Amino acid sequence: MKPAVDIDVDEIMERYPGRPEYLIFLLQDVQAAFNYISPEALALICDYTGVPVSQAYAAATFYKSFSLEPKGENLIQVCLGTACHLKGSGLIAENLLRRIGLDEPGTTEDLKYTVETVNCLGACALAPVAVVNGAYQPKVTSPKLMKAVEKLGAE
Amino acid sequence: MQVTAKDSADLRLGSLEELEKLRSELRAAEDPDQTKIIVCHGTGCMANNSPAVTRALREALAKAGQDIKVMPGIKTTGCHGFCSRGPLVIIKPMNIFYQQVKADDAEDIVQKTILNGEPVVRLLYVHPQTKETIQTTEDIPFYSGQQRVVLQNIGQIDPTDIQDALKAGAYAGLAKTLTTMKPSQVIEAVTKSGLRGRGGAGFPTGVKWSLAAKHKGGQKYVLCNADEGDPGAFMDRSVMEGDPHAVVEGMIIGGYAIGADTGYVYVRAEYPLAIRHLEKALADARAYGLLGQNILGSGFDFDISINRGAGAFVCGEETALMRSVEGKVGEPVPRPPYPSDKGLFGKPSVLNNVETWANVSRILDKGADWFASLGTAKSKGTKVFALVGKVNNVGLVEVPMGISLRDIVMKIGGGVPGSDHFKAVQTGGPSGGCLPWKDADLPVDFDSLIEAGSMMGSGGMIVMDDRDCMVDVAKYFLGFLEEESCGKCLPCRLGVPRLRETLTRFSKGEGTLQDIDDLYSMAEAIKAGSLCALGGTAPNSVLSTLRYFRDEYEAHILEHRCPAGVCKDLITYSIDPEVCTGCRACARACPQGAISGEKKKPHAIDESLCIRCGMCMESCKFGAIQVS
Repeated sequence: MKPAVDIDVDEIMERYPGRPEYLIFLLQDVQAAFNYISPEALALICDYTGVPVSQAYAAATFYKSFSLEPKGENLIQVCLGTACHLKGSGLIAENLLRRIGLDEPGTTEDLKYTVETVNCLGACALAPVAVVNGAYQPKVTSPKLMKAVEKLGAE
Repeated sequence: MQVTAKDSADLRLGSLEELEKLRSELRAAEDPDQTKIIVCHGTGCMANNSPAVTRALREALAKAGQDIKVMPGIKTTGCHGFCSRGPLVIIKPMNIFYQQVKADDAEDIVQKTILNGEPVVRLLYVHPQTKETIQTTEDIPFYSGQQRVVLQNIGQIDPTDIQDALKAGAYAGLAKTLTTMKPSQVIEAVTKSGLRGRGGAGFPTGVKWSLAAKHKGGQKYVLCNADEGDPGAFMDRSVMEGDPHAVVEGMIIGGYAIGADTGYVYVRAEYPLAIRHLEKALADARAYGLLGQNILGSGFDFDISINRGAGAFVCGEETALMRSVEGKVGEPVPRPPYPSDKGLFGKPSVLNNVETWANVSRILDKGADWFASLGTAKSKGTKVFALVGKVNNVGLVEVPMGISLRDIVMKIGGGVPGSDHFKAVQTGGPSGGCLPWKDADLPVDFDSLIEAGSMMGSGGMIVMDDRDCMVDVAKYFLGFLEEESCGKCLPCRLGVPRLRETLTRFSKGEGTLQDIDDLYSMAEAIKAGSLCALGGTAPNSVLSTLRYFRDEYEAHILEHRCPAGVCKDLITYSIDPEVCTGCRACARACPQGAISGEKKKPHAIDESLCIRCGMCMESCKFGAIQVS
């Protein structure tokens, strides 16, 4: 989950024409490359597409996949889709947050962990599901998930 | 068998004849008796490590090398649907069905089945009730009860190989359309087929198209709604992953029918594999002259691009989706004007869901009359459901419209674990409702479901058992919608949280019967006043659970009791001293230090310290933790 330092915003902008309808494409690519959207990057994108900063800010805060703050080194997603909810994912998320020391989904101060809850990963046969740095944890339990997260800390 | 080509220009098919010639060459080049190993690479099986199985099978085949007369091909496909049994491996042409296959099983599959034609018995499916071992796909009740139209090629073809799709009949409907039909005839056929939108609302597709087609000339757009946001639903993802060409073909046909030259697919960003397969399908279709300029030499131009969603449930609403494609905040706008008059970039536009587009391909291939012969009088065709929750066979099923809930859940779904009935079946996602066991014989079609207080929705079907609390379920959906409301209109922005707050009080054993009456009046106001369907349908989860499970609400309010044992504030955890072995696992797991007891002696929970996090229950291997 480390930002790729060898890419700059100019390179990303070259991928698309400088028109307002490409705002979301650009925000997505910047988010993917840097793990968040910095004020500087947002300003560059606005200049390029001709979208006012107020509107770009509205879009960047409206959509859930954009973050204006850097995310943690490790990303843990807990699925709260209906099938997972029925199988106790709400408690699993709560227990994980308590263990990591967060009051709600977000990033720890030391930027080590980001915990997100997601609406549905569509892997309902594996419910409850969590994803730790991209790896699916099928039929997860609180103890199993905590063990997986502790392993990250040890590395 | 790959037909080799010198360069991409050679691949272009200039006419219907060239397409059909290629198709018959491809089919002739294939030996139907040759053994093939099919491995499911749908998201469910992949998450269960099916790529490792594929690698192990390749290695085992290479190792067996000279002993094998004709080397079988390994084909990776989209989702076979039986996700709870994954990873799945099928051996063709015998159709031997292997389930829960691990990389370590590869050796046995090659040695026994490939070399000697014998099944590996331990990998076969065992019927959970009759205990009978079943060898082939078609004999498994999960499959034999289905009727596959949209999913017909999924699990059969390699979705990244256009030649494999062509062998299975891809683009036959398009070729017929472009060479023998006028646009108005295409709309007539779709209208006659009785196809209704599979995204949830069930609007007649042919009518929608004719509204856009009546604007003569000028820029128009065709869009595919692949922003499958309903929790517990993954039909559209599986179609895009497993047979992307069916969607592409349907959209080109739609573009021809309404006079559009540009299409957009708006896909949820959480579906990376679907996006990859779609991108590949679009590139291949262009190379073969099935997409782009002068398709199949007909003079018709049409191209498609992909927009990735950015995480907003409301973008599944058509006007919000179009704003998002324009690069803006995805907020709905009032209708009229309808998108068929003023849609994307202010131009006439037609938006249909993934499954609808796939159905269009089938209808134009097999005919409107064939499609109209499936299903019920007012709901034609089939519907794909994601059958999930408390059901034995979790997965993707396709059934004719009008089938009963009982047949889907108890026959195809194999019933509810540890019970002879379901408590409720939730359909329609957050916009839908819960249907009780007494309605098990309800025919599943657009109109019956609405009458019963739910809706078809895009196809999520969540089975609930007696341990699921209906107050909690309604509260869950309201919490979801509160989070996802775009906030533009007041009834939704403020009304949904009020509903949720009332239910939260119920879940704590607070509230009065007057609150139930208030729920009804708030629900009415939210339904009437909301700008889009997100708010307009938001009260359904409350209304349907009140309609069928009012006693459960009353138990919370009047008796301060959660009969299902879910609502945290109304339950207590205890340890059954008869079952407890004193292993201390729960005491170690308890974050509160609320569990004490001597080693190897029954433990006890100090209720005053307990925060009801459930850690003890999850860590107990003996099932000694009770909830009451």
